Amino acid sequence: MSNIVVIADARQGKVKKPALEAVGAALELAGKAGSEVVALVVGADLAAAKDELAKSGAKRVVAVDDAVFAQYSSDGYAKAIVEQLAALSPAAVLMPHSAMGRDLLPRVAALLDAPLVSDCTALHFEGGRFGATKPVYAGKAYKKFFATKSPFLATLRPNNWEVGAGGSAEVADAQTSVGSADLKAIVKELVASASDRVPLQEAKVVVSGGRGLKGPEHFHLVEELAAAFGAGVAAVGASRAVVDAGWRPHREQVGQTGKVVSPTLYIAIGISGAIQHLAGMRTARFIVAINKDPNAPIFKVADYGIVGDAFEVLPQLTEAIKAAVAG
Amino acid sequence: MDIVVCVKRVVKTDSKIKVGADGRSIDPAGVEFVLNPYDEFALEEGLATRERLGAGTVTVVTLGDAAAEKELRTALAMGADKAVLLDAGDRQLDAHATASAVAAWLRSVPHDVVFCGKQAVDGDDSQFPGRLAALLGIPSVTEVLKLELNGNTFRAERDIEGAREVVECPTPCVISAHKGLNEPRIPNLKGIMAAKKKPLDKIAAQLGEPASEVASLELPPARPEGRILDSVNALVDALRNEAKVL
Repeated sequence: MSNIVVIADARQGKVKKPALEAVGAALELAGKAGSEVVALVVGADLAAAKDELAKSGAKRVVAVDDAVFAQYSSDGYAKAIVEQLAALSPAAVLMPHSAMGRDLLPRVAALLDAPLVSDCTALHFEGGRFGATKPVYAGKAYKKFFATKSPFLATLRPNNWEVGAGGSAEVADAQTSVGSADLKAIVKELVASASDRVPLQEAKVVVSGGRGLKGPEHFHLVEELAAAFGAGVAAVGASRAVVDAGWRPHREQVGQTGKVVSPTLYIAIGISGAIQHLAGMRTARFIVAINKDPNAPIFKVADYGIVGDAFEVLPQLTEAIKAAVAG
Repeated sequence: MDIVVCVKRVVKTDSKIKVGADGRSIDPAGVEFVLNPYDEFALEEGLATRERLGAGTVTVVTLGDAAAEKELRTALAMGADKAVLLDAGDRQLDAHATASAVAAWLRSVPHDVVFCGKQAVDGDDSQFPGRLAALLGIPSVTEVLKLELNGNTFRAERDIEGAREVVECPTPCVISAHKGLNEPRIPNLKGIMAAKKKPLDKIAAQLGEPASEVASLELPPARPEGRILDSVNALVDALRNEAKVL
């Protein structure tokens, strides 16, 4: 029976939801391809990660748990992964399209001389071939690929699959030949963001502000609305216009040349909806637009719209969401 | 320092995408092409590095067809010293084949650092920098927001989920640029005139086989028509009872 390997990205010894979603996606694909799902994790002090992966629905967990991997290194991790994949000889390898997945899997793909489809929103197994569909042009179109070489590699967009759950997998610690001399690009420092808010691409709710806020000093209204959803639920986004104007940091930009998000709920405030912005959020499950201009293009993609002034609507909405969340 | 910057000719970001007759690629009619926006940050970093060191050569390279000469001239106008077009004709290539062809060329030229954009805004793959580095057997740092060179080591900052990583990376290496790394210069008239006389070599690309094939390109389904609501209460009610997201 062939293996589908999920590479779980562990940070500080823990795995996050996108890695468990990748296990969920692997289970679905394994059902079609008649494969077994193996979770592979590389890092140091992985006890918590191993526990979590053991309950993720994977058949087996392979952990390269070694102090040499205490700091992330793309070249060192890639080498360790390729070593393990040689033993597992997978038909397919999946990883979240997270910071680590984007950094690491292209290296792994090159070392394996293998195809990789990045940022996939669907996986396929048709006529004995693995494939995937991914957004291109920031979601203005979707491209479907099939692998013509093996193994097939894919990074998966977060928030697109149910997390894998259940079972109690056998956990095996694997040895590595990677030593500190193999690590060239090494993380020397990890500075936690000042904000304790959930990362934009993992957030269930994204509340974004645009030029309609009239100035950076009014963005507290957007932040307050995000906070109203409760801790760890909502992230703050921004349009390119306000990022380019220096009102908000670039990491908050939603759209082409920014981040592409697909939360359950996206709230666009004072954002007209330029084509580059729509490309970055149109896969949200529900879109709410608040804008003074009834002809703003954002209303064409919104499920619910309020034509009105952000300064009047926002405080009311924040209070109403607080009340709804409370109960 | 020998600095190489990899660039790509891409569809401008405000373009509307139409699917071509083959059902697998875009219809290029009426579409404007530009230098990939992230590559502008890569090129700016290459130029600024050369200027800070007061020495060095910036070579800009692309893989594509003859039309990409326009984007190479733009890069030369910004200040690159020379340009190389790895001619692939009209072959559709995946990241695997692209990285292989560029790596094959890079093995024949000196390179202390290779700058790339973090992704091209057409395929949105973000694979090329990492693949290239692995094929060359050198380290890489991707999605870089801040960069310093101390001797032969780069100190790079990049954002990950909820934190910022500070990475040290020795040369030779591949660095991929994120928006925010710098403010790309705009070519002036003098630069544009000078660019016409700068060397632009055309070399046949060493092309291998792609590792994937495109089955289809489709536009996303239209979103269902929405509703304008007249109050915040109506909105919260809809979010709770229809959308069930509260």
